[in-house]
Order: sequence, then structure tokens, then C-alpha cells
Amino acid sequence: MTEEIIIAGFGGQGVLSMGKILAYSGVMQNKEVSWMPSYGPEMRGGTSNVTVIISDERISSPTLNQYDTAIILNQQSLDKFESTVKPGGLLIYDPNGITHHPTRKDINIYQVAGTDKASELGNAKFFNMIILGGFLSIKPIVNSEFIEKGLQKSLPERHHGLIPENLKAIEIGKEIVKPINVLK
Amino acid sequence: MKELKLMKGNEAIAEGAIRCGVDGYFGYPITPQSEVLEHLMAEKPYEKTGMVVLQAESEVASINMVYGGAALGKKVMTSSSSPGVSLMQEGISYMAGAELPGLVVNVVRGGPGLGTIQPSQADYFQTVKGGGHGDYRLITLAPAFVQEMYDFVELAFELSFKYRNPAMILSDGVIGQVMEKVEVDDYKPRWTNEYIRENFPWAMTGKTPDRPHVIVTSLQLEAAKQEAVNLRLQAKYKVIEENEVRYEKTMCDDAEYLIVAYGSSARISQKAIELAREQGIKVGLLRPITLWPFPSKAINEMSKNLKGILSVEMSAGQMVEDVRLAVGDNVPVEHFGRFGGIIPSPSEVVEAIKEKIMK
Repeated sequence: MTEEIIIAGFGGQGVLSMGKILAYSGVMQNKEVSWMPSYGPEMRGGTSNVTVIISDERISSPTLNQYDTAIILNQQSLDKFESTVKPGGLLIYDPNGITHHPTRKDINIYQVAGTDKASELGNAKFFNMIILGGFLSIKPIVNSEFIEKGLQKSLPERHHGLIPENLKAIEIGKEIVKPINVLK
Repeated sequence: MKELKLMKGNEAIAEGAIRCGVDGYFGYPITPQSEVLEHLMAEKPYEKTGMVVLQAESEVASINMVYGGAALGKKVMTSSSSPGVSLMQEGISYMAGAELPGLVVNVVRGGPGLGTIQPSQADYFQTVKGGGHGDYRLITLAPAFVQEMYDFVELAFELSFKYRNPAMILSDGVIGQVMEKVEVDDYKPRWTNEYIRENFPWAMTGKTPDRPHVIVTSLQLEAAKQEAVNLRLQAKYKVIEENEVRYEKTMCDDAEYLIVAYGSSARISQKAIELAREQGIKVGLLRPITLWPFPSKAINEMSKNLKGILSVEMSAGQMVEDVRLAVGDNVPVEHFGRFGGIIPSPSEVVEAIKEKIMK
């Protein structure tokens, strides 16, 4: 099993930390992982993305131009990465602020309304965990017990009190994921 | 006991330094390698092993602090990225001339000049062909995995002390910034002053009755004596070339074509050969792990059974010259690269194989 994922959105949306939690969870499950951020000027505001690869084998290239899954959090990233999903692959996006929706018919497309749900719950910080939950409901590449361990490893200890709420946000994401285009 | 961590390449350099018993780090921040100094400061090794971590006022100061520490027989190092490493070249040449061990890590970014902060491999010439003045060589290790960033710190010091020669870890922004699993060792104690006194007669440990006067210098005004110094250096380099070549071969047994690539380009090329083999192209990968000494013999031997070789680098074509020197007229050698901070994609490399060496 090798899963090649791009996560892309605005700087500050938790793109890098979502990737880190996923990567750490993979490590906890004894997988090979790589987490490669875009570290250009875009990390200071603007768009931000990270390539996360989780595999049973030694990972070759940490940077890619085609992905099994794209997790997309804003319009610029959707415009940039929709075409990079492999045929038969998966695109998950938050519809908030999206005016031009994805149009491909050869990939699986799902929406997770993470922004709306997080503000409804009164805590925008869990937005990225809701999105992560949506992804994991479709591709459960790491087990939930390892996600908890991954959160323990990737969050500073002073934030460990928030782990149960993070896990709850993941579960909410799993519930609200909405199919848009599902291949037969 | 081994412990598993998820780390950036830059953090792995810092962690490797602390755990293998480095005595001192002197550096100045620059993207994309600032996490080396940041991780060292966060880990506070001065409280764990007694390792000194110091942010110097400049790269020039850093390398001269390394020269000073090395003259005492201490395991000392610095790290920087391309423009900063250019500033260090005088000090590196002085270290080579004075035959001092020590480690310089270069997490390369796009140049020339201030260039960009994105990854590049355009400092190959500077590293293996000189950079500083005079006839000297730099033992050069090229990590391609975060684990190797960690492991090569200890290896660089081992080689550097064995041959009394400065060593370089030549990395780039990809391997510096990517996070991967790293297996780390227990903390090794630093060498004691007694150990240094006993094992390194060249080190300045203070004039005691049982120890001759030691002078560490690269200055020798008499030409005949300076020629003797050069002959000794050349003899040493020959021994290193004979004994310390390291490389890794992937899918080479049945290969008709070969990619030669190091560091992050080797990772991208590995993906490219997987994709190419799905299309029935029999291509293998030879990854030089030491860039100096270069695996010329291994490449030469392989070339006799090949139809073409592609050197893949994030530069306008630097290592390709050494590949050509290694194979002579045996087989055509072409270069493929992106530069200025652009990372080639695996599929671009597959196209380059088809266009440049399969024609």
C-alpha cells in the first residue's frame, strides 16, 4: 500500500499540521512516511501545501506531480491541483468560498463542509480535523487508535487536553462527508 | 536503545550531532537550513552532553570558530546554505591546508547570488572541485533520506578525523525540509581531553612535559616545504579515493539505461525508474553517496553494458562532467536538470530518459 496525498489551502488553515498528524499516525502504525511542505514565500500567508506519502515500502520521491488523493481547502488550490489527481483517485474539498467546483468525471469527488461545521460548533480550530475525518472515512489508511497516538506525538504536551475534542472533530468529519462524483 | 522519531532533515542533522558526541556547533541562520540551529537551541545539548551551541555573528565567524575548535582536537561543525557556504570557502581551504577535521553542512538553495530559498544542487562544483583556493579536496557525503542526514553526521566526523580532512554534507532544500522516520541512538559521550591528548598528537591540548610543541597552520613560506605539504595531501587524497567510495545501486542488474543522481534527485529518479519500468524501459539508478571520492570505477564498469546514461541533477549540468570522465567513450552520457529552485517531477525525468538517451 502506498498513498500519495497533497493537502493544499491557505496558510494558517492547518494544512501543514493536518499533514503532520497524518504522518505521525502512519509512523505509529509502523508505516513509512514522508511529509514535504512547500516552504517558499507562500508559507508567510497566501497558499500553502504539503505532500504526505504513507507506504508499506521505502518511499522514493518525496515530491510528486500526481497524487492518489488531493485534499483541497481553497479555490486557488482547487484550480492548481484538480488536474493532478490520478484517474480513479480521490478529491476532497471544502465548498466554503468555492465558486468554480471540480468538473472531472474520472475521479471520486467528495465535499466536507468543514468551515461551516467548525463555526457551527463554535471552534474554527477543529476545521482541519473535520476535513481529516472526511478523508479517513473514505480511505481509512490509518486506524483511529493510531490517529490518537499521532495526535499525542504531534501536539505539544500543553495541548494534550484537546485531543478528545480533536478525535470528536474527526468523527464529525466522517459523518458529514458528502459524495459529489463516485465512480462505479 | 534505538528510538523512532519523525523529523525534518535539518532537525536530523542537529539530533545526529548531539547524539554522536559533537563538541561544538557554530552557525548563522539562513533558509532552508535554519532548523539546524533552531533544533539545537530547543534541545539544549549544553545541558545534556555539554555540547556548545553558538549563533555566530556571521558565516565567516562560524567557519573560523570551527577552525579554532578543530585545532584543539574537538568535534566541531557548522551548517549553512549556499550563499553562506560561499562565505566560508576561505576557512574551508585553511582547514584543508592545516589538515584539520571538521564538518560543514550545506543545505543547498538556488543560485547564483542570493538566488532563491528553494532547493537546488548547483553547489556541486563548489564542493567537489575546490570552492576555496589551492589543491585540496573535501570529503563529501550526499544524503538522500532524513535517516542519512542523521547517520552521516557521525560518519562525516569518523572520516574527517581518520584522514584529518574537513568533510561536507551536501544536502538540499528537499532533504532539509522533508519529515521522515528516523531511528536515533542513545547519547554518546563526548571525547574527554585525555582521549584527545592520547589519540591526536596534532591537536593543541597545551604544552606538557610529555608532549611536543604543536603548531596548527596552513602557512608555509618556503616553496619546497609547501610542495612537500601538497604531495602529502595528494597521497592522502589517493588513499581516500581508494577506500572511501560509497554508492547505492537500484534495479541495475538488467538495466540497459542508467540514471546517475544523488540526494533528492536520486529520490525523484527512483520514482522515475519505477514509472519507466511500468512502460517496459529497463532503467536502473546509481546513487553516489560520496560525491568526492566519486564512484567513477563503479560507473565505468557498469557503462560497458549500457546503451545510455542520464545524469539527473537540480543544476545546469555539473556532476554530468564527472560521469563523462568516468565512462569515457563507452556510452553516451546526457544531462537532465531543472534549476534555480525548480524541482523536476518524476514524469519529467521519464520523458528525459526517452528524449535524451533512448533516441
